[in-house]
Amino acid sequence: MSSTTGKDLTTGEHGTAGSLVNDPLAVGESAEAFENPGLPEHRHRLSDASPAGAKKVERQVALIFGLSMLASIVGVWGYFAFPMDATLGNVRYSTLSIGLGLGLGMLGIGVAAIHWAKALMSDVEQVDERHAQRSDDQTRTDAVQLLKDGAQDSQIGRRPLLKGALVGAVALAPLAFVVPLVGNLGGTWNVNAMRHTMWRQGTRLARDPDGALIRPEQVTIGSVWHVIPDGLNESEHMLEEKAKAIVLLVRLDPSELKVQPGREDWSWQGIVAYSKVCTHVGCPVALYEQQTHHLLCPCHQSTFDITDGAKVVFGPAKRALPQLPITVDDEGYLVAQSDFHEAVGPSTWERQRPIRGEDY
Amino acid sequence: MASAPTTPAAKLAAGTGDFFDTRIGAGKLVKEFARKVFPDHWSFMLGEIALYSFIVLLLTGTFLAVFFVPSMTEVHYPEDALPVTMRGVEMSEAFASTLHLSFHVRGGLLMRQIHHWAALLFMASIVTHMMRIFFTGAFRKPRELNWVVGFTLMILGLLAGFTGYSLPDDVLSGNGLRIADGVAKGIPIIGSYVSFLLFGGEFPGTVIIPRLFTAHILLVPGLILALVAVHLILVVVHKHTQYPGPGRTNRNVVGYPLFPVYMAKAGGFFFVVFGVLAIMGATLSINSIWNYGPYDPSPVSAGAQPDWYMLFLEGALRLMPGQTEFVTWGGYTVSLNILVPGVVVPGILFTSLAVYPFLEQWASGDKREHHLLDRPRNVPTRTGVGVAILTAFIILALAGSNDIIATHFHLSINEITWVFRVLFLVGPFIAFMVTKRMCLALQRRDRELVLHGYETGRVVRFASGEYIEVHQPLTDAERWVLVQHEPARPLEIGSAENERGVARPGYKKLQRRQKVSNFFFADRVEPVTPAELAHAHDSHGASAVEGADDHASLARPERESLEAGSGAQH
Repeated sequence: MSSTTGKDLTTGEHGTAGSLVNDPLAVGESAEAFENPGLPEHRHRLSDASPAGAKKVERQVALIFGLSMLASIVGVWGYFAFPMDATLGNVRYSTLSIGLGLGLGMLGIGVAAIHWAKALMSDVEQVDERHAQRSDDQTRTDAVQLLKDGAQDSQIGRRPLLKGALVGAVALAPLAFVVPLVGNLGGTWNVNAMRHTMWRQGTRLARDPDGALIRPEQVTIGSVWHVIPDGLNESEHMLEEKAKAIVLLVRLDPSELKVQPGREDWSWQGIVAYSKVCTHVGCPVALYEQQTHHLLCPCHQSTFDITDGAKVVFGPAKRALPQLPITVDDEGYLVAQSDFHEAVGPSTWERQRPIRGEDY
Repeated sequence: MASAPTTPAAKLAAGTGDFFDTRIGAGKLVKEFARKVFPDHWSFMLGEIALYSFIVLLLTGTFLAVFFVPSMTEVHYPEDALPVTMRGVEMSEAFASTLHLSFHVRGGLLMRQIHHWAALLFMASIVTHMMRIFFTGAFRKPRELNWVVGFTLMILGLLAGFTGYSLPDDVLSGNGLRIADGVAKGIPIIGSYVSFLLFGGEFPGTVIIPRLFTAHILLVPGLILALVAVHLILVVVHKHTQYPGPGRTNRNVVGYPLFPVYMAKAGGFFFVVFGVLAIMGATLSINSIWNYGPYDPSPVSAGAQPDWYMLFLEGALRLMPGQTEFVTWGGYTVSLNILVPGVVVPGILFTSLAVYPFLEQWASGDKREHHLLDRPRNVPTRTGVGVAILTAFIILALAGSNDIIATHFHLSINEITWVFRVLFLVGPFIAFMVTKRMCLALQRRDRELVLHGYETGRVVRFASGEYIEVHQPLTDAERWVLVQHEPARPLEIGSAENERGVARPGYKKLQRRQKVSNFFFADRVEPVTPAELAHAHDSHGASAVEGADDHASLARPERESLEAGSGAQH
């Protein structure tokens, strides 16, 4: 009932101190309700009544403790019995023997202790009183007075200059800690680096991960090639470059390929190359469905149609996979015509903005 | 002391006791705590499981930290080491040391597996413990702050899990980190900088593993430890809640003493949890990273799943349609397809959990302390809200496994995704309504039991030819459980003007508050009163149960007079 709140909402006045308001523990004590019948009479267990029953429990508990000891010994034995330098079998036996020894040793202690508690220790319920959390009025008055006295002593109320100076100093001091910490966390902070990859005009396409160069005639219709730029494995920041530069290479029947306007010469006789980094949150788009020519990201199931500019046909990604323009060089290897013409990978806030001082 | 100790053991005990009492006042502590009473119920063990699995995590984690090398320096795995498939493979030291401690440190694989299972159990017990607290109303005053502490522990548990899971630097967890990187990049304006901040430059860089390691073994567990202490101290300050029953009131706590009963039961339960986890670690293999291989940005495994407690975020990412990404005027990209599932959905889910105790108290206006737990059926709206939140969580978790569902049941992944998209939007509402109705129905069932007793199946024929079935009335103790709760009624706010005919200030605000209050408490079935029971015994008709419908139960606000005091008796 609302009459139990401190503030009476029906009139907007602060409630008169009725007995319910003052006693925060008065729940379920309305005069119209049933009365609590009180604790039921205690019923004793079998082991309480008969010494023989109690003795039996004692033996059971001791037995379980005994089994626990045995198991622990097995666990220590397992450590010495199986050296970890020979075979996978030893790894298994070592893990099993130590683990089961440890586990049953622990479990035994637990089961024995609980059995002991439930069957031998007193099961007569006891009652504790509760007290309201609130301090009594006198204590509260005293506390408020102490705070007031302290504040008075410090004179902070009377000297606003000190208040301002204190706040200012406390606000500024952590900066000398936070700025170096945060400033260093981001390394160079050159976030534009993520908008370029190591593909350049004439960079040869190489097989991931061994780096073998690729000739167009090796790429048969329906096959899918995981591709890295030639020289990646020797580059200084191999993983960071690889995370951006990975490419999927597919040869399609030229009749199935819908050439995108402006990209007429980006493919080579039906061979197309697309970034393998999902435009959603960056997983490698590694599953190729040969029949439908769909690329599927195994992380969140964004689906891209490789015959139609790798546009999104389903899932949480919005943008098509960036296409890598390719051609064939004098020696007959597949090469890139340039870097990707847009940033690969997940969308960032500024991805479509020009980079200052750069013709992008 | 009543009598001087005689045996050597007793003398030693007395000496030790005196040593501590004269230095830290141990006597007062023992007197305060030794016979402290705790109530008994299986559901009170859920939080214990969380605490004990955390201790197991600290122990096994210490073992692992001795052998794990948190470095991303590239090495080649030795040609003479196990497993054979990894020989000569280029990998980070983190991955290599994880292999080494699994295959060449006795008990190392065991400790890794115990650690991983304990982490899963830690989160599972935290979530089920939270469900127990929520559905029984244990978060009510004075325990709201402890609910917030527990909520923070849950978030820290998620962080601990994610940072630890990524440490071995394998393909699976590396792709998890890459997803985290992608989500960070999707944050408007500062996304790219957040990504650089996390990875110390471009993804993956060479610092993320050491950074995660520091967070995983120092920052997060330190915070958890501190908050666990606060959590437990507050339990002692408040004394444990108890379920309603004969003899249990809001002014007492009924149960067994800490020493020796709970020392043995709860202490023993720690060994049970440790034992079960060790047996799981010994027999159930988990996260066998040598099957995935070291992290490389190119490969990815199909059917990859994060640990269960991250599945809901993964599911949210999978469900959000990509069309919601757009480019603003000026060429800035807003990735709602990442922001909504990565920030908004978990934000709503977590915020609603964190503030729920305060919201419910605002709606009920009840400022009293509550130490008796609710039976979930007696608070239909809260129970419905809880089930709705759980439903959303479970649908998202299932959506996070949509590829597994597709391959196991030979279904189209696109159709599954669409079903989950719709289910996520309507499922929680349906769950809310069904749960609430079920609670109301269960309460009516309780009323019927109280008014008519149990059906005995014994049919008696009177001399007049009338047949009746004999009903056996409930005992006082049985009845008490069904009638002990106070009906929670909507707030009464009175009229818009005071007695002098002047408009009351802030009345609009009150009306809004009353709307919320009506949502919580308008639909209700009130417990049987002694008067109703007496009436039922007199009349022996079926009308008493139905009669309740007319008056107390399901009283819509418009049918209920809003004058003060009128709701109490009809």
